[in-house]
Amino acid sequence: MKNQSVTNNLDWISIVIYIVLVIMGWLNIYSSSLSSIEQETSIFDFSQIYGKQFLFILFSVPMIFVVLSIDAKFYEKYSSIIFTVALLSLMGLFLFGKTIAGQRCWYAIGSFTLQPSEFAKAATSLALAKYLSDVQVNLKDFNRQLQALVIIFLPVILILPQPDPGSALIYTVFILVLYREGLPSWYVWTGFIAIILFVLALIIEPIAIIAIALVIILFIYYRSRIIDRNWIMSAIILVGISGFVFSVDYVFDNVFKQHHRDRFNILLGKEVDMKGVGYNTNQSEIAIGSGGWFGKGYLEGTQTKGGFVPEQHTDYIFTTVGEEWGFVGSLFVIALFVILIIRIIYLAERQKTKFSRVYGYCVAGILFIHFFVNIAMVVGVFPTIGVPLPFFSYGGSGLWGFTILLFIFLKMDANKVNEW
Amino acid sequence: MRKVLLPTIIFVVAILLVIRLFYLQVIDDTLKLKSDNNAIKKLYEYPERGYIYDRNGKLLVANQPSYDIMVIPKDVKDIDTTEFCSLLNITKEDFIKKIEKARVYSPRLPSVFLAQLNKKEYAAFQEMQRIFNGFYIQKRSLRDYQVAFGANVFGFITQVNEGIIAKNKYYNSGDLIGRQGVEESYEDILRGIKGIKYIQKDKYNRDIGSYKEGRFDTIAVQGKDINLTLDAELQKYGEELMINKRGGIVAIEPSTGEILALVTAPSYDPAILVGRQRSKNYTMLYHDSIAKPLYDRGLLAEYTPGSPFKILTGLVALQEGVIDENTSFVCHHGFSYAPGRFMRCHDSGVSVLHNGIYNSCNTYFASIYMKTINKFSSPPVGVDAWSKHLRSFGLGQFMGYDLPTGKKGSLPTSKTYKKMYPGWGWSSKTIVSNAIGQGEVLMTPIQLANMIATVANRGFYYTPHIIKKIKGGQIDKKFTTKHLTTIDRKYYEPMINGLFDVYNLGTAHGLNVEGIDICGKTGTAENYTKINGKRVKLQDHSIFVAFAPKDNPKIAIAVFVENGYWGSRWAGPITSLMIEKYIKRKITRKDLEKRMLEGSLQAEYNKYIANPILDTLINKSIKTPVKKTVKDSNEIKKSTPQQ
Repeated sequence: MKNQSVTNNLDWISIVIYIVLVIMGWLNIYSSSLSSIEQETSIFDFSQIYGKQFLFILFSVPMIFVVLSIDAKFYEKYSSIIFTVALLSLMGLFLFGKTIAGQRCWYAIGSFTLQPSEFAKAATSLALAKYLSDVQVNLKDFNRQLQALVIIFLPVILILPQPDPGSALIYTVFILVLYREGLPSWYVWTGFIAIILFVLALIIEPIAIIAIALVIILFIYYRSRIIDRNWIMSAIILVGISGFVFSVDYVFDNVFKQHHRDRFNILLGKEVDMKGVGYNTNQSEIAIGSGGWFGKGYLEGTQTKGGFVPEQHTDYIFTTVGEEWGFVGSLFVIALFVILIIRIIYLAERQKTKFSRVYGYCVAGILFIHFFVNIAMVVGVFPTIGVPLPFFSYGGSGLWGFTILLFIFLKMDANKVNEW
Repeated sequence: MRKVLLPTIIFVVAILLVIRLFYLQVIDDTLKLKSDNNAIKKLYEYPERGYIYDRNGKLLVANQPSYDIMVIPKDVKDIDTTEFCSLLNITKEDFIKKIEKARVYSPRLPSVFLAQLNKKEYAAFQEMQRIFNGFYIQKRSLRDYQVAFGANVFGFITQVNEGIIAKNKYYNSGDLIGRQGVEESYEDILRGIKGIKYIQKDKYNRDIGSYKEGRFDTIAVQGKDINLTLDAELQKYGEELMINKRGGIVAIEPSTGEILALVTAPSYDPAILVGRQRSKNYTMLYHDSIAKPLYDRGLLAEYTPGSPFKILTGLVALQEGVIDENTSFVCHHGFSYAPGRFMRCHDSGVSVLHNGIYNSCNTYFASIYMKTINKFSSPPVGVDAWSKHLRSFGLGQFMGYDLPTGKKGSLPTSKTYKKMYPGWGWSSKTIVSNAIGQGEVLMTPIQLANMIATVANRGFYYTPHIIKKIKGGQIDKKFTTKHLTTIDRKYYEPMINGLFDVYNLGTAHGLNVEGIDICGKTGTAENYTKINGKRVKLQDHSIFVAFAPKDNPKIAIAVFVENGYWGSRWAGPITSLMIEKYIKRKITRKDLEKRMLEGSLQAEYNKYIANPILDTLINKSIKTPVKKTVKDSNEIKKSTPQQ
């Protein structure tokens, strides 16, 4: 029987971790939302967000069955259509979208809302996998690089103006996927250096950075063999760095809005207004920090109960873990994520088709960047940006988006024995 | 390489996040009890402030309980405002204003709503407290003064301002802190340490018991009692003598540097700065820019020292070997120190050190001063050598005493004159007025007192201080460290003999106290003020320094009476009475005492103020430094037996 073989070949390690994360998320959402209600009710009370999250979880079960029962080939065959639908749904937001808290990212059907950008990640992954799996595609070729980047940045262009910079940020992780598939390494190095230069430009004077860059370039220039010396290239690199550093300075001062600047300044310790712009980060650090080694115990978190951390059931859900489960609990959650992501990479590497390998890599990358940005923000080492913690944060679209993303890959992985 | 990049990044990031979490959760303890950790309420227990006693154990300052109504604005709900306001006798506008002010400070942290309730208000409010959500009563302790003097020495207690709260983590809004006097300098000792109880609150903001079984709670540490070096009786007597005068008295025990009395006049009853009238009274004192009752003249007023400075001129000349006690100078009612330059003097005849000092002969001291400076290769070298000697007496520096205010005075060096006379040469003649204390030297009364104490000790002093004993604590070692002067001990004896005869043969005869050998020196300082840009001469200041007894001195004293005509008219008798009071404990010269107690210089002070136009002018001029100079020549003419 077909279904039986699927079940047998499913990667149960990933599934168990998935289930544990989802349930832990739900329990923590329950704890974090007790502060906002008048009276404790059953965790299944559907009028409350923890009850709703329970519904979302319940609903993801048939969703998983549907995903698993569809033939694996379907996803490859129809990836372009899926991608097009996703792009259309993002575009439709400009016409029919509902604005919540200043962001136009939702479709509303009655009291029920759906966030298409959560599903667009899976669609983009499929499209990218499809494109890269074409034997014609060689990423050493500049035109191919450009086409791949177009696939990645089409949804970004649609998401940014919602505005939802958090979701847009996620797509940068695809660069790592392209690298795995043959993108020249200087892309990654350039990106890496750009990040460092960006942070440096915020901390020290542009002139100082350029001086340091000049020294390093001269050093490399004179240390290399005469035949390798290329002063034109060196000069271009230096000009490039100078331009970048000055434009960061310019963008920071003139393009960024004050609240963007504040977020960076808090991180760099330049702002200490803990009642104003630094409130989120400060409260989040207090809640996590107050957890200690073993936490205060489930439903015992004082900061959580006091409702001091804003957005605690969504983007700041990890603070509940930090406060009530302590360092040990936090370590456990981080370990689960790391194991899951590494497991997915491992599975991806053993795929027989390029399509499913690339897709697996996309899944790992997306889960990783969510995990990294979210927790880094919550512990105060990344600027405040709206990125949910996969499987954990409250929200139907998010949970379903990640569930579909993951289970499509698990289906591909289970199917690999049947492949011809 | 391509396969391992993503896994590597994942591991590195995960490790960094774990390190950050480890830091937040395990290492950094401060987050757990941070002040804006609102789920945990802090209850403070304020310890009682330490008592203040005098040197003989007489209680000067004690405590009384006081009750403040505190408010946490976000908890204020469902209040019957009318009832609340009538209970505390405030208006509704007041109520709204106070709540708003507290909310601006912090909606979640307690602020003082109404400070220092009286017993009746407290009792009435306490009964109703539970129906007023968001309000509670905080008990504190207020000062209860046992005496009506010593305000400048004690200082006062006030609520901390926002600047202090921001700087010093110990203080919260509404906490009390000592300002000025010993309340400020011994704040940490008198205050004690407040206790903190951490109370866990549930989501309805109800107390649900002690946080972590009280593991972090601290017990209040009581403030320590202190003994001051003040002699309560002498301090009181000094303040009484200075009623209706302006000026300062500083009395020091030479053998220890202990301050026996520190009087500034006018002063005020310390009790008026306690309770709800505090702010009104303080404002009144603060805005009195003419009598300046909050200005401690004993520590802050920098005056030209006048004739008492001749003691130092003489000692330096002896030490430098330019004279001995028999070196003589002839005086013809003055001294022509340069062509066309004449310094007047009341004296005439032959002066040696002995009669030079008791007659206060300007000629004599101008001559020996010039000899001193001229001994050196050039005037700058000479001035610096002279300046160094004076520095060893504590001039030109903060002396390091344990009261929070002070002035350095001024002690010129060669640099001072280089700036004053740029481009042209200056010599001992140019700066000869230093000889008689009317040059560039400025001294505060406590520096004058320390100077005469040093003479009484024959060449050393202990840093003057107000603290005698801290119960269960140690006083600063610097107060038991001897400071030697650069003048050899042997040169003091001839100087002291001269000072002794000031009372027998000189400018203060008639002020002797039977059975006590007093050594002293009169002084008169001219002073000017600017009115409408014109220099107006005000009445001279009256100065006196003395110590007694001559052998084994018990008290050294400097008295300064503003606009007191001349040295022996006001400062001299007051000095004499103070010495008698301290050593004999009773006054025999009732007439003199009566005249001093009842005597008033208010007419002198009101001379210009009576005129409303001048009044404002003087008000203005007080903001700019008033110029004062000493012209010693007039002094003795006036001070010939007057009493």
